[in-house]
Amino acid sequence: MATVRDYLRPGMLPHIWCPGCGDGTVVGALIRAIDKLKIDRDLVTVITGIGCSSRVNNIMDFNSFQTTHGRAVGFATGFKIARPEMKVIVVAGDGDGAGIGGNHLIHAARRNIDIKVILINNQIFGMTGGQFSPLTPYGAIASTAQYENVEYPFDVCKLMEAAGATYVARGTVYHLSLTEKLIARALEHKGFSYVEVITQCPTGYGKRNKMVDPYQLLMWQKEHAVPVEQAAKLSTKEMKDKFVIGEILVRHDRMEFVEANEQLKEKARRWLKGGGGK
Amino acid sequence: MNKGKQVRFMQGNEAVVEAGITAGVRFFAGYPITPASEIAELMSIRMPQVGGTYVQMEDELASMAAVIGASMGSVKAMTATSGPGFSLMQENLGYASMVEIPCVIVNVMRVGPASGMPTHPSQGDVMQSRWGTHGDHPVVVLSPSNVKEAFDLTIEAVNISEMVRVPVVLLSDAIVGHIRERVELPDPASVKLIERKRTSLPPSEYKPFAAGDDCAPEFADRGNGYRYHMCSNVHNEWGFPADSGHEIADRLMRRLHKKIEVFQDRVTYYKTFEVEDAEYMVVAYGCVARSAKDAVKALRSEGIKAGLLQLQTIWPFPAGIVRKFCAGAKKIIVPEMNMGQLINEVRLASGRDAAGVNRADGIAVSPKQIIEKVKAVK
Repeated sequence: MATVRDYLRPGMLPHIWCPGCGDGTVVGALIRAIDKLKIDRDLVTVITGIGCSSRVNNIMDFNSFQTTHGRAVGFATGFKIARPEMKVIVVAGDGDGAGIGGNHLIHAARRNIDIKVILINNQIFGMTGGQFSPLTPYGAIASTAQYENVEYPFDVCKLMEAAGATYVARGTVYHLSLTEKLIARALEHKGFSYVEVITQCPTGYGKRNKMVDPYQLLMWQKEHAVPVEQAAKLSTKEMKDKFVIGEILVRHDRMEFVEANEQLKEKARRWLKGGGGK
Repeated sequence: MNKGKQVRFMQGNEAVVEAGITAGVRFFAGYPITPASEIAELMSIRMPQVGGTYVQMEDELASMAAVIGASMGSVKAMTATSGPGFSLMQENLGYASMVEIPCVIVNVMRVGPASGMPTHPSQGDVMQSRWGTHGDHPVVVLSPSNVKEAFDLTIEAVNISEMVRVPVVLLSDAIVGHIRERVELPDPASVKLIERKRTSLPPSEYKPFAAGDDCAPEFADRGNGYRYHMCSNVHNEWGFPADSGHEIADRLMRRLHKKIEVFQDRVTYYKTFEVEDAEYMVVAYGCVARSAKDAVKALRSEGIKAGLLQLQTIWPFPAGIVRKFCAGAKKIIVPEMNMGQLINEVRLASGRDAAGVNRADGIAVSPKQIIEKVKAVK
């Protein structure tokens, strides 16, 4: 078995993340999942947008490109159609993926195109200095919410489910072996797959919210995460301020988009041969 | 289908679709907008027939992103839109310039700003096509005046984007897009197609942004060991961010610009009419060139020595061509369906003043208006 280091680009290390950041842990989980599944690394493409999360593909030695803020899913859609044999993985942050890129996320889920979105949710805009994101908790402090955040975060897993994603899961950096398993399951799943990983940002989020030590942020993940099986038995009140982890949705009743397009091509060719609707 | 030469009665937007297919485009991503919607509609029919893909994206930002993604995956790709949608594509258009990804964007211009007059033509996006995205960046913009030119220039747009590795804009308009004309389409087998240069280096020696004398880097299809990174930050030859490297930034910017200079002659298209002894030189482009040609004919019949220089390439601005043809003229006239955009480039290139004929109300500049202007400045 190869080590994580075997999949890294030596010239790109050390990485640029702050001490205590969870992004590197997610990179480790992703690499271990790919290695465990024995996916040919030439057939892996990692696409990112802008933000701390976007730097994951600098250090991982796969096909990779970094795109514009929030648009990685759009780029990935074109790339997947052009190269259907590739495993196309989008890694986004919460600002990048659920904020500016939220529209693309729901539509890619609706199309059920076989791309894998790993949303690293550190609940803040990290790279730009700790402004609140659409996933920052209500009442939290951020550099643009110095009194407190009066916007409610949304549950992107529920949104993905409603939008038509066929694989939805959530893990945390604290629950790392679960997270690794969820990423592997997403990689194996055919169709639009969404895996959210709750992570910690001591610099942008923790220091303003009385959790300056990454350990405290990891403990917060531990205390607030509820496994999906357990969550089903809890009341709304008991689930207040908690979030669900585990495999939230797996469905096989929707055709994958690239495959549907291949069938469409056959139909169009038959139509052309028969003179179509002329 | 499409065997040998064909005579067709077709719309400008339809010509763009057929030309794209002839040029090898096999991916189209778009979002409906008047007066460009027919391109998306026809692409949705034609793409699957030729083994390609049509995707209707959720907006123009995603359309442009998907087009670049497909081209990164080695498939020739294009999109089509109009002014407001073109504005939304600008960020990713800049991305394509910076990362040197070939692609074609058709802008069927309508009256702006904002929603303007959605069904009426204009030439209001001349400067947006040049400077719409942020930063210093090179562009190539072609402008057809009729259905045949829409066909031919779409093929050139695809070829140029592949050859130079730059996004190319086809600046059409509601007149060219919607008019129906008789056109002779060439035998697809006779059309010269250009593919981006593929590297012959092994993966271990390949650098995605290393360029030779022509400044256009060689492409490597991903897979088979070609495992590389691209990003739109200022990047080194390996494609990794070098955002603090002023020297690298300088070298990259200069190469991107020089690349267009190197290819300038090969991307410059124009037509002339009665220019040999012209005393009144009309410089026009797009749909207005049609009116200008009629005006020149009418003026000639009255014994007034008028001539037409029709610019089919408007960016990079063919300053040398304009200078050459305007040198002997007593007066220069630039009719445009805007309040005066390319006229300033003509002034700059010729070193002379020029008289504009301008309207931005969605009504075509008529031959009569041009004739009157020539007589007025005479």
